[in-house]
Amino acid sequence: MIKNLLGMALGAAIALHGISAQAADDTIKVGIMHSLSGTMAISESSLKDELLMLIDEQNKKGGVLGKKLEPVVVDPASDWPLFAEKSRELLSKDKVAVVFGCWTSVSRKSVLPVFEELNGLLFYPVQYEGEESSRNIIYTGAAPNQQAIPAVEYLMNEVGVKRWVLEGTDYVFPRTANKIIEAYLKQHGVKDEDILIHYTPFGHSDWQSIVSQIKAFGSTGKKTAVINTLNGDANVPFYKELANQGISAEDIPVMAFSVGEEELSGIDTAPLVGHLAAWNYFQSVDTPENKEFIKKFREFTKNPKRVTNDPMEAHYIGFNLWVKAVEKAKSTDVNKVLDNIVGLETPNLTGGVARVLPNHHITKPVLIGEIQDDGQFEVVWQTKKEVDGDAWSDYLEGSKDLIADWTAPIKCGNYNTKTKKCLGSSKSK
Amino acid sequence: MFASMRKALLLCLMTIGMQSFAAPVYDLSPEVATSVASSSVRDRDSAIKALGDDISEQNADFLKKLSSGLIYVDPDSGEIYVRQSRSSDTYTRVSDGSQVQAPQGLRRSAVSTQQRKAINGYLRSFQLFSEDPAVRLKAAQELVSPNAKPIALETFDKLMSKEQDKEIYSVLKLARAQALSKLGTAGRQETFEALDLLESDSSVASLQAAQALEQSKDPQIASAARYASGYIKFCQKLSDFTMTLFFGLSLGSVLVLAAVGLAITFGVMGVINMAHGELIMIGAYTVWIIQQLLPQNPGLALFLSIPGAFVVSGFMGILIERLVIRHLYGRPLETLLATFGISLILQQLVRTLFSPLNRAVTTPEFMRGTLQISTNLSFTWNRICIICFCMIVFFVILAIMKKTRLGLEVRAVSQNRPIARALGIRAAKVDALTFGLGSGVAGMAGVALSQITNVGPNLGQNYIVDSFMVVVFGGAGNLWGTLTGGLIMGVVNKLLEPVSGAMLSKIIILVALILFIQKRPRGLFPQRGRAAED
Repeated sequence: MIKNLLGMALGAAIALHGISAQAADDTIKVGIMHSLSGTMAISESSLKDELLMLIDEQNKKGGVLGKKLEPVVVDPASDWPLFAEKSRELLSKDKVAVVFGCWTSVSRKSVLPVFEELNGLLFYPVQYEGEESSRNIIYTGAAPNQQAIPAVEYLMNEVGVKRWVLEGTDYVFPRTANKIIEAYLKQHGVKDEDILIHYTPFGHSDWQSIVSQIKAFGSTGKKTAVINTLNGDANVPFYKELANQGISAEDIPVMAFSVGEEELSGIDTAPLVGHLAAWNYFQSVDTPENKEFIKKFREFTKNPKRVTNDPMEAHYIGFNLWVKAVEKAKSTDVNKVLDNIVGLETPNLTGGVARVLPNHHITKPVLIGEIQDDGQFEVVWQTKKEVDGDAWSDYLEGSKDLIADWTAPIKCGNYNTKTKKCLGSSKSK
Repeated sequence: MFASMRKALLLCLMTIGMQSFAAPVYDLSPEVATSVASSSVRDRDSAIKALGDDISEQNADFLKKLSSGLIYVDPDSGEIYVRQSRSSDTYTRVSDGSQVQAPQGLRRSAVSTQQRKAINGYLRSFQLFSEDPAVRLKAAQELVSPNAKPIALETFDKLMSKEQDKEIYSVLKLARAQALSKLGTAGRQETFEALDLLESDSSVASLQAAQALEQSKDPQIASAARYASGYIKFCQKLSDFTMTLFFGLSLGSVLVLAAVGLAITFGVMGVINMAHGELIMIGAYTVWIIQQLLPQNPGLALFLSIPGAFVVSGFMGILIERLVIRHLYGRPLETLLATFGISLILQQLVRTLFSPLNRAVTTPEFMRGTLQISTNLSFTWNRICIICFCMIVFFVILAIMKKTRLGLEVRAVSQNRPIARALGIRAAKVDALTFGLGSGVAGMAGVALSQITNVGPNLGQNYIVDSFMVVVFGGAGNLWGTLTGGLIMGVVNKLLEPVSGAMLSKIIILVALILFIQKRPRGLFPQRGRAAED
């Protein structure tokens, strides 16, 4: 009996496989590599839903180059080495034309060599620390000059902040972002004693002494602000402790780089109201494109309360750019797509235009929003036009002279403008 | 009371007036009106500035409405509307005072925190003369904060001569003393009196005021000022140290709460339960579920979830013991692997059932805010509650283990299983109950943790290592060891943190613990007697 069952299951599996293999010939495969389990599932799973929606929509419009798109979803389970394994599987076994995926910097770093080795194409949707540009990655999230620097400028010029607390989780994004911000502040005449830097472990939940230190630091009469690069989970206890010790957004505003609508949807927002966040998109932005997008996403997920956020907009832009590039190249071949993608433009959701730059970053507007009690943001400031993403920060000693340019004749991810040489640590073909 | 009644009456009269005469509610200049209606933040900034610079009763009232989000704008016509209250559907058009019910397409004229702050600044001079003592007190307290804008001494005299409320009077007196010292022009007698006041207050603003007098030309005043600022600095150091101790104790009691259940399952029974953290997590989710059932009363829900979490986690623990651990007694390595597997299963189960997102647990009103001891010293209520809760839980567990029959049987079984069974104790039942007790306590720890950290699938992972460290440090099998161990680790952590940073202090403690265990393998309070010698 059991043998029979096993045999049937095996037969069914083979049959299914046969169907999918047959179907593969007249479809274009699109890889989706976001953690659906483990610690990062909290942020990444909604990106998978969004991509399935975008693919579904494109198929209703007739697909790309007359072929239907076929999503291939893998779950790297928040496990960094598994990201590399899964991307190898996607590229060499499933032979996907493009992959949309990764969230944390460490996952991107772990798949980067695989994509360069197998000449794949990855769209990376999250704001990150910069200092990188690969031929095989299109960075649709913000570089530091599209998030951190404008946010600091806003605090400095509009709010009049004189003393700075840089509060971060101890890993690559906060460390690099804070290095850039610190260099920027010092160039603008902020003294050492007016900068306080803290790093805390992942998921830090006991904020009592750090908050009381911030309180003391901010009680000298000079306007003080906190730049918050804490990783998602540590944020709520941090804001709760601020509220408990009686620090309001009026006294010491906190500017966050990783607190978005998705993170706010699961918490008691009372202690966070009035604090700030810098992003390139907010769900509350009032444009027809955005309204349409939110409506479609809610219909697709059959959940009228689903929220949208910045990385989702990045994937929306990235997906449309890829479709345009494929249509322009008349092929899904990675080399041809890459040759055609630079300079392409597509409307973003905030009423502007996203253009792919030669350094594989895109143009983005920068918005500063204030957290409201319904978990949404009220935009209080925004840049007049889109800002060009800069892969190599101008404020760091080591990367000042570097640029990335993937168009002829430079074709290099880290070209030194002074020595006119390509450092070429990442391969270019 | 009277003031608010008067305001309500005024508002009523105004509404009636508007309806009969169709006159504008606020007499806004056209420029201000268009700026208020604009969607640009900078335009609204300029509107607030224009209104504030020319502050009057009506402008103050309009700014107040703007600040509380009651001003709406029709984006098409640029008309401004005032909503009666946040919950009302009645809107009054500012230009002619006509009333509209629930109009469509209005946009709230949003105010940022910075703008709200500017508005409060403009309103302050108004508020100092307000009829409402609460408003007056708040305005007066603003004057003694470190960044306060100074006001003229004559204004103080005018205010203080009329003030009946003692509390407001003393705040004003302090503010006047600070202003006086910063000016440094008063006579000797008056200056000394002011310094006395500053000394007894010892806040940062007072310190700044005293330091301003150190440069005085009068040597006697200068030395008195130096003494006063030295004294204030000493007071601040003292309260900083007390605060650090309190922070340490509160971190320690969180550790004790998380570890005390483990002290029973690991310490007494010798089971390495890697799913202990997930039992804590289940307790925290119980709070969330009960709060969902009682959305109106988060405080009551929290109290109900203490026994609730105990039962749910305890039941879960008994289930784990009966289904898995029972078969693995005496094989620690396999127990470790099996329970680690259970912990992963439980995490993913929660992700599937409740979504991977964190859940919002509301903090009840009585646990918010701080208990002010002195100017520089304040304790947060949620931490005070948790320290008390930890102590209650600990002593109840201790009483169960020492005074009840179950406790006696548990100790008998854990010390010598064959003899205990020979004496008629049903060891299997005792095992299950003990494991259930330990798990139930973990659930109660989850109730406490739900108030200070995220309720999500990863909650348990963050506490499992710390819990094992506390139990090993305190000495396995000894509840007092768990208490002292947890509190010592908390305090040491908090003493180190300001010096070495949060990251390094964790590492230092871990290394110190390893060295300590090398020296005393059985922890702080080793179990004595023949039973311990295995």
